[in-house]
Amino acid sequence: MSEDRIENKSRRSFVGAAAVAGIGVAALAPGLKLIEVAGAAQRAPGEPASSAVRWGMLIDTSKCASGCDACVKACALENGINETVTDARQGSQWIRKIDLKDPKTGQEHSLPMLCQHCEHPPCVDVCPTGASMKRADGIVLVDRHICIGCRYCMMACPYKARSLVHMPLTEQNPLVPRGQGCVEACTFCVHRVDRGQQPACVEACPEKAMLFGNLNDPNSEIAQRIAKEKTTQVRADLKLNLGVRYQGI
Amino acid sequence: MQSALTQRLRIPNFYLLAAIGAILTVAGTLAAFYMEHHGHQVTGMNNQVFWGLPHVFAIFLIVGASGVLNVASIGTVFGKKVYKPRGPLSGLLAITMLAAGLFVIMLDLGRADRLIVAMTHVNWTSVFGWNMVLYPVFFGLVGLYVWLLLDRKMYAYSKAAGTAAFIWRLVMTTGTGSIFGFVVARQAYHSAVIAPMFIIMSFAWGLAMFLLFQTAMYKWQGTQLNEEIRLRLNNLLGTFVAAVAYFVVVYHLTNIYYAKQTAFEHFILVSGGIYPQLFWVGFVVVGTLLPLLFVFVPALRNTPSSSILASIFTILGGLAFLYVFIIGGQAYPLEIFPGMEVKSSFFDGVVDPYTPSLPEILLSIGGFGLYFLLSLLAVHVLPFMPQDDIAQLQASGALHD
Ligand code: SF4
Ligand code: SF4
Repeated sequence: MSEDRIENKSRRSFVGAAAVAGIGVAALAPGLKLIEVAGAAQRAPGEPASSAVRWGMLIDTSKCASGCDACVKACALENGINETVTDARQGSQWIRKIDLKDPKTGQEHSLPMLCQHCEHPPCVDVCPTGASMKRADGIVLVDRHICIGCRYCMMACPYKARSLVHMPLTEQNPLVPRGQGCVEACTFCVHRVDRGQQPACVEACPEKAMLFGNLNDPNSEIAQRIAKEKTTQVRADLKLNLGVRYQGI
Repeated sequence: MQSALTQRLRIPNFYLLAAIGAILTVAGTLAAFYMEHHGHQVTGMNNQVFWGLPHVFAIFLIVGASGVLNVASIGTVFGKKVYKPRGPLSGLLAITMLAAGLFVIMLDLGRADRLIVAMTHVNWTSVFGWNMVLYPVFFGLVGLYVWLLLDRKMYAYSKAAGTAAFIWRLVMTTGTGSIFGFVVARQAYHSAVIAPMFIIMSFAWGLAMFLLFQTAMYKWQGTQLNEEIRLRLNNLLGTFVAAVAYFVVVYHLTNIYYAKQTAFEHFILVSGGIYPQLFWVGFVVVGTLLPLLFVFVPALRNTPSSSILASIFTILGGLAFLYVFIIGGQAYPLEIFPGMEVKSSFFDGVVDPYTPSLPEILLSIGGFGLYFLLSLLAVHVLPFMPQDDIAQLQASGALHD
């Protein structure tokens, strides 16, 4: 318990430091990284996430090439997913490429699948400790300090978006704490988003197939495209109102 | 009757039996430490099948814990005289089984060291979270109930406590069933039948565990259960086993009825390798048909070992059912894009293999070891074993009521 408190404290100071670093970026390069992200979305240090923002992603599968996994690689690099696993099934996958084929029409698609940042996330509903949580701006996260590793959220997630860390970890990325025995999932690169940057996968996609932005801002590119073009939510029948939308499937 | 209850049990070879229970428990604990140290990579579990063998055993014990209390409830709540002397033992086993089930499930957590966190951070929308209340209150109510049964001065209050415990355990098992029933994402689980199915399973598994323990203790003690009482308890087990079979049929039929589930049902019942085998051989033949034969076929039911055999088969069948339900339910690929063929680096669209590793097996069996050890110690020091006053039961006609 006391260990947890210490961890929590250091986490708070880490969040503070990250926020300060955020202003650094803003001050050094004003407007450079902030063009895509609506001004209101940039958080001042210490200011809580706001429900005026709903972060979302639009993925155009017609642009996404089968065999390309630039987003997966960028995610692993950004979030320090670098452990070697003997059994691939035990490795963490925050984002993966899925190849789809419609057996009736023969049509094929390739798409990245990640945490869908559900508005009504089943993982958050079932988590016994509240470690799985949704921020006011719609980003679904796991607090690694209170996750007990029960894996109930993995059972509840309809997208297989979560992984349990099966082994001791070394060489962590200090910005993205991970831990053996805890469950983790895509965070929309919250540490980058909070300082006005794009998620690593979005930045890395050579085809510009992924678009990130504020769904609540009618002037954002993502909101305008979703208003105009036909988009799909995966397993829309579950009515979870996903933060990730797809085009072309 | 009360004075008879004050005799405690003398078990020959008590220390040997206790040592067996202790060795299994220690082996399970060491296995858990080993998993805790190296991470779940040393288990057969992975990111598709992440609830493995320990969950099968833990859920069996937790569900059975609620059902084993049935024996006491029938005596206290429904006033059946033959069951009354069995109340304390039934309450005891409910406590030890739940403790053993929680031992397994807690030690299988990715962060077993965060038990305090689990108890101090409760998310009330989570059925799992409710357990932080359901289980402690169950321990409390059953403990109180057992005390009232054993303490002659307080006996008059036992009915109220027994009724409360009876209601509470129905709620508790509904909760355990709902852990699965509320999971919308998976083909195997999202069904309203699961909660009642778990309740009726708890009756069968709990009674089987009760009969096995009671018969073993009598045997080791060199005494024998009155034949009429034995047959009555056996018949009740047969009825529960048949009721479980009915619910399992309904569960599968409702799944088959929903068109989108038929592929899953085909997997579990026909094409899924180990899962259909365990279902048909383990659950249907061993866990259902054999107990029914030993309970209802005259030539078999009259052999004294028929209780033991029927109970063992029911327990094996229960474990087989849970293995198919929990592990088969995860091994079958999650349908993220219904109707599409899928492929990915994360094994989408393929059936996931799972083989329990030695540490998982040891932890699972350790749960049974702990249950046995705790129960044995308790019957050794306190008068939990039922003592029947046959003459009085016969005179009052209670053997047949
Ligand atoms: S996709 Fe899964 S992990 Fe992500 S918010 Fe939804 S339920 Fe939770
Ligand atoms: S594994 Fe962690 S995040 Fe997931 S439900 Fe359990 S405690 Fe919550």
